[in-house]
Amino acid sequence: MIKVTIDGIEIEVEDGTTIMNAARKVGGKIVPPAMCYYSTLKGSGGKCRACLVKVAQGSAKDPRPMPKLVASCSTAAQDGMVVQNITSQEVLDVRRGIVEMLLVNHPLDCPVCDQAGECELQNFAFDHGLQRTRSEFPRREFDIIDIGPHIKLHMTRCILCYRCTMVADQLTDQRVHGVLWRGEKSEISTYIQKAIENDFSGNMIDVCPVGALTDRHFRFRNRVWFLAPFDAHRHCTKCSGKAVVWLRGEEIYRVTGRKDEYGEVKDFICNECRWDHFSKTDWIIEGPRKFEGWSVINANKYDKETVELPEHLYSKLDNKKWETFEGVT
Amino acid sequence: MKILLDKVNVAGINSLDVYRANGGYASVEKALRKMTPAEIIEEVKKSGLRGRGGAGFPTGMKWSFLDKKSGRPRYLVVNADESEPGTFKDRYLMEHIPHLLIEGIIASCFALESNLAFIYVRGEFKWIINILWKAIGEARDAGLLGKNILGTGFDLDIVVHPGGGAYICGEETALLESLEGKRGNPRLKPPFPAVVGLYGMPTVVNNVESIAAVPWIVLNSGDAYSKIGTPKSAGTKLISACGNINKPGVYEIELGLPVEEFIFSDEWCGGIANGKRMKAVVAGGSSVPILPTELILKTANGEKRLMSYESLQDGGFLTGTMLGSGGFIVYDENQCIVRNTWNFTRFYHHESCGQCSPCREGTGWMERILHKLENGHGSMSDIELLWDVQKKIEGNTICPLGDAAAWPVASAIRHFRDEFEWHVTNPKEAMERNFGIREKIEVAV
Repeated sequence: MIKVTIDGIEIEVEDGTTIMNAARKVGGKIVPPAMCYYSTLKGSGGKCRACLVKVAQGSAKDPRPMPKLVASCSTAAQDGMVVQNITSQEVLDVRRGIVEMLLVNHPLDCPVCDQAGECELQNFAFDHGLQRTRSEFPRREFDIIDIGPHIKLHMTRCILCYRCTMVADQLTDQRVHGVLWRGEKSEISTYIQKAIENDFSGNMIDVCPVGALTDRHFRFRNRVWFLAPFDAHRHCTKCSGKAVVWLRGEEIYRVTGRKDEYGEVKDFICNECRWDHFSKTDWIIEGPRKFEGWSVINANKYDKETVELPEHLYSKLDNKKWETFEGVT
Repeated sequence: MKILLDKVNVAGINSLDVYRANGGYASVEKALRKMTPAEIIEEVKKSGLRGRGGAGFPTGMKWSFLDKKSGRPRYLVVNADESEPGTFKDRYLMEHIPHLLIEGIIASCFALESNLAFIYVRGEFKWIINILWKAIGEARDAGLLGKNILGTGFDLDIVVHPGGGAYICGEETALLESLEGKRGNPRLKPPFPAVVGLYGMPTVVNNVESIAAVPWIVLNSGDAYSKIGTPKSAGTKLISACGNINKPGVYEIELGLPVEEFIFSDEWCGGIANGKRMKAVVAGGSSVPILPTELILKTANGEKRLMSYESLQDGGFLTGTMLGSGGFIVYDENQCIVRNTWNFTRFYHHESCGQCSPCREGTGWMERILHKLENGHGSMSDIELLWDVQKKIEGNTICPLGDAAAWPVASAIRHFRDEFEWHVTNPKEAMERNFGIREKIEVAV
């Protein structure tokens, strides 16, 4: 066991834990944001640079600070390490820069994007971003294509986190899509228009932090904040069967995996659960899904009396403050 | 004093017979017959040889980090993916004296106890790949490669691998990925290649020039090498000089040569072409900061600037630059720094691998701002914006390509801000002026 101090909070973690996971053990506001890191996918992380933190003291043995900001998702914590995240202005400035960079080529079509409301980039930009973009140049353009019978690809919205390729590598039997080209022109695509047909391909939609991969069966049918998510399960031979069903009235609009407070799915579900069971009788409903992450999904659906949320979320969810825009920073 | 290019002018030196007749492969015989691997590493450490690829990391120290205890196979990878604008030294070395590289690889592999070496050659160097294959074939026929070299029981094979033409594959971990047949994205470090490298095995990645210096060190001892040059920058370095000078080309200099002498002496660059005045110098390939005349000839303290790692770095990024890979580009008074910076940034935009967001998005953004400024559509706030964007890229990326893209922009704004402002205040002239080409047209008429 080693001791790490993150923003003045000391915590004991196991040897080899990354700074990100140590911070997640503490929880709350000091957890660095992550756009590409996904704890259940091996080899993810390090790419978006949103989780950069300052290491003010390398370790108890070698107290020198690290010369550059380090990616907390891929840097192992050392005994006696002192990490600054939200207490360092430098880190916050850089993070603001990262938001801006990620949005330089992002189409900002949130009003017509299905991911809006549960989009990690939206949340990240809302927390750290500028009010306006300083980029005035044309954004990169791609055709919207169907990759397989279930998934629509909006390459314009992609932030190249590589999560979906890792799902294909680690969850499905064969990867038929990947990143083509390089630099700004790189794109996620199937090679020579192959279709992604796999029993677990739907998880690519769940892991996508933005609206680049969307569900062809759910597209444009509803906004996520009109739906009420419920934990539900069914007996499934292929997967755990633990899912979230999204209801409006009595109708199931879509089925997804169970995302935790960091937007990560621990139990991936199969395509049969996701797309073949839209009848309420197919599922055993457990109860309302608590979304602990800061998202518009929480707004207007749950309040302090019915759902317990971490204390720091209430101020933002207070309906009165929403009306007067006081809580919006 | 010449070490690498000493015999480059001997006729037919690229064939094995001539090379051996001129004392070639003597270091292999000495190393394999008389020395132990640990002794060679010790000599290289003593020599103070620093990596010639750009970063200047001590080669001997890099070798001593190689994980030998685990007993896994070890590899030597020679980085010949030379694609930095302004640098063409490895190409010259491999083209004219390929056996020197092979000799260095044999001695290095013996020191590293490695039985397989790779040369990762830039894909555009197609003819060099043929030269290397021919040289390796000759060496193998002569018993210098393959099983049981010179009857000492040491086995070694060299694989030449052509790259696909990506600048990023010159970054050591991206090179390893590419060599493994994957997409050339840099890896996250740690673990470093010395522990987990090619195919997960301990690997040393060295530049062509570093490896080519090893035979001389083996033959003449590390102490002799460390006496050449300055204490912190030992030995000789190939400098590929280009730009507005009278004698562009690849020169081997002793480190510690004054920059002024290098540019103006007839032995080297031979002064500025066409009797023009010098304006700026990029001292080590496109990725190092550009310096104006007064700062390249003298440091901020008024000392004479020398061609060495420490003297060029004097003053940090405010008034200094870096030796880098030795691509020495000289600009005369007619050259436009804004256009030049745009040109460099366009290169980095094109070559960014697209893995991490600051570099992927930032290089393109910088290129567009610079293009706007260069063509007279910019405003003063664009200069501030450009400065801010480069600051957000520098140091926040996975590999040094982000830094390499940010430094030229930062230094151009720092030292030539007036020129950027001129482009803003004189948009018409900025649009009309076509640097370099106009003169040629007038001459032709």
